Amino acid sequence: MTALAYVGPIPKMDREPITACAHCGQPAAGRRFCCGGCESAFETIQGLGFGAYYARRLLDPDTRAPRPESAERWDLVRFVQTDADGSHALVLAVDGLQCGACVWLIESVLGREKAVVSGRVNMTSRRLKLVWSGEMAEADRLIAMIERLGYRLIPFDAAALAGRHDRTERALVRAMAVAGFAAINVMVLSIGVWAGQASGWLDGMGPATRDLLHWVSALIALPAIAYAGMPFFASAFAALRRFQSNMDVPISVGVILVTTMSLVEALNHGDHTYFDSAVTLLFFLLIGRVMDHRARGQARATAEQLLTLRAADVTLLLPDGGTVRRAQGAVQPNDRVLVGMGERIGVDGIVERGSSAIDSGLISGESVPVVVGPGGQVFAGTLNLGAPLTIRATAAGGGTLLAECVRLIEAAESRRSRFVVLADRVARRYAPTVHLAALLTFLGWYFVGDAPMAQALMIASAVLIITCPCALALAVPAVQVIATSALLRGGILLKSPTALERLALVDTVVFDKTGTLTEPSLGLVRDTIDPEALRVAATLAANSRHPLARALVAVAGAVIPADDVVEEPGRGLRSGNIRLGSARFCGVAAADPDAPEFWLTRPDHAPVRFGFAETPRSDAAATIARLRTLGLDVRLISGDRAGAVESMAQACGIQDWTAGCTPVEKVAAIDALTASGRHVLMVGDGLNDGPSLAAASVSASPSTAADVSQTVADIVFQRNRLGPVVEIIVMARRARAVMRQNLMLSIGYNILMVPLAVAGWVTPWLAAAAMSSSSLLVISNSFRARTKSE
Amino acid sequence: MTVILYLLGASLVLGGGGLAVFLWALRTGQFEDLDGASNRILYDENDR
Repeated sequence: MTALAYVGPIPKMDREPITACAHCGQPAAGRRFCCGGCESAFETIQGLGFGAYYARRLLDPDTRAPRPESAERWDLVRFVQTDADGSHALVLAVDGLQCGACVWLIESVLGREKAVVSGRVNMTSRRLKLVWSGEMAEADRLIAMIERLGYRLIPFDAAALAGRHDRTERALVRAMAVAGFAAINVMVLSIGVWAGQASGWLDGMGPATRDLLHWVSALIALPAIAYAGMPFFASAFAALRRFQSNMDVPISVGVILVTTMSLVEALNHGDHTYFDSAVTLLFFLLIGRVMDHRARGQARATAEQLLTLRAADVTLLLPDGGTVRRAQGAVQPNDRVLVGMGERIGVDGIVERGSSAIDSGLISGESVPVVVGPGGQVFAGTLNLGAPLTIRATAAGGGTLLAECVRLIEAAESRRSRFVVLADRVARRYAPTVHLAALLTFLGWYFVGDAPMAQALMIASAVLIITCPCALALAVPAVQVIATSALLRGGILLKSPTALERLALVDTVVFDKTGTLTEPSLGLVRDTIDPEALRVAATLAANSRHPLARALVAVAGAVIPADDVVEEPGRGLRSGNIRLGSARFCGVAAADPDAPEFWLTRPDHAPVRFGFAETPRSDAAATIARLRTLGLDVRLISGDRAGAVESMAQACGIQDWTAGCTPVEKVAAIDALTASGRHVLMVGDGLNDGPSLAAASVSASPSTAADVSQTVADIVFQRNRLGPVVEIIVMARRARAVMRQNLMLSIGYNILMVPLAVAGWVTPWLAAAAMSSSSLLVISNSFRARTKSE
Repeated sequence: MTVILYLLGASLVLGGGGLAVFLWALRTGQFEDLDGASNRILYDENDR
């Protein structure tokens, strides 16, 4: 958000020297600061004596101090948790946090306050936990203080946050710690036993010492296996109860049988126990699970953060004429809601007063703003481009567009066939095969080879140990962890664990138009603009938060905001006798009453028109060309009018396009593609795309998408480009190839080792060495999934 | 060889101690913010 004000090259005709703002470092055209907000942030920081902040930022020279912007007020009460001792706690998402210096500044500023009990920033999750005593309303002052520095703080619903995810991760880490402790200790004891058994070395080991070491091993291993094996046992049990099999079934069977057999051996004063193999196996597998959980949890947390940053309270108009900020969910039907210009509308409703242009691109895919007047229907999620509106909220029941889309999404999701992941497909064949092999080995030795019962059991167990799928179980998760974290660094959030495998199969990509192929907001039509007029317009526009004014500034580049600008809501901006705004405000005739436009009028100059239209994303055409070279069929399905869709399809090089589709028709189009045997990747951002995102075999949304779409999508990509769509497909294909290699490697290892085990030549130390080396081989091969960043 | 009993006991107590410390660190949330921890080390508490 903060970078919006300076995008693109600095125009040449700007003769004033470009200096860097002392606070945010952006161009400030001859002055010390680029804007009043930065000046006051700088003064606040210096006044508190935290000037060292600026020096510390230099540790990471690519980041800039955030530029303060007028922020909205929140209705905090519902987020605050009050403790028995009278202290209040609040969790806030921090926007603008970039480096350690930011953490230090926020914590130091809060630490100066007497009321603050603790204020701690978590840099990984970008959240601030604030605990204070005294008045609850004190929070407003503390938050305002941080916001003056340039950070945006958005309250989190702490109850919704205490998710299951954190608890599962902790349980997994605890299990991993216990397994690790046991694995190291038992392995040390086992090495003692192996060394003692090697004849002629260390004078051998007496049977009493060997039994002692076996018993101590059992004492450590049994409770550790019972505790650390629980995640696997529970999952295997759940699968078996449904008469299915997954990778946890052979793991659990292997671990339990090996442990039981080793215990029997220890009781009978036997030579060999395999406690070390059982615990080490669990330890390796748990490391894989913890990392997998962590990588996905991070992607999910970032996705949550993105949605929270956009959530906004609405302004409720009270019967007595006053206003109050309320959560969107707290609005009752028939409440009156005030929507300022440039603000996103928070509720579905009927316009009571005012008339304005509404950008409903995010909802319906319509690219041209719609003009609404009193009595007109508006939807939550649309953007008010024109004048302030008073809206009467309508029933949030089943009649709204949102409810309709949610119903369609649920229907589409229930139809989605359950995808069986690669690992489970392998496990379904693997488990019965190895269990049968072990049984045949036992029968062969007992009946054909005439071996004693104990020896036959021992050899059969060795087969199970050798085939215990350590490398096999790591083959897929290891690649997933590496691919997920590589994508996360590039701003691509992989939310679903199976998305990578589903993506690798994709052969058709369906795009939505508005907000997906095109920029999420309208852009300035650049063709015929006098650069001088643009610069003057930008000095006025830099004072406004209006979306079109921002689009204008984005094109103009670095300008000094004019000082004496008056903003007339819904009409325009005025500085002396220079005016920028609607045709009526500037006293000229509108060129095109449908298209959004600004006029600039100055004394002694002809009026200048700035038209706005949707523009394709900068890399849209290149991305589609690259998708084609990957052998994918690219299509465009939009809810917009045929003319707009056709011209956009041509601009991006898409031959196959469909226009004017309702959400139901979009789903039908996707279903038809799926029925013809295709695997479809749907890329869309609007509320109307939600159902088709759910219907496609895998789906992606830009982070500017409607909340519902982002929640449904398997993948969310940040940044203002379409390129990530290519990156994820390339990564998915590579990941799948590496997963296959890994599976081949681990199965190849089994084919090599199983004959040795069947022949009865495998000893515990050989089993331990073989298992560790095959796991290491698979893990190191997985690193090949990492792409070189472009 | 009775010395082996003392050694076994000692190694288990030491290892168990390490495990206990790790579980304590996990419980007190010291693994919640690994990025922050690596940055905090650069700044002193009372350094202005």
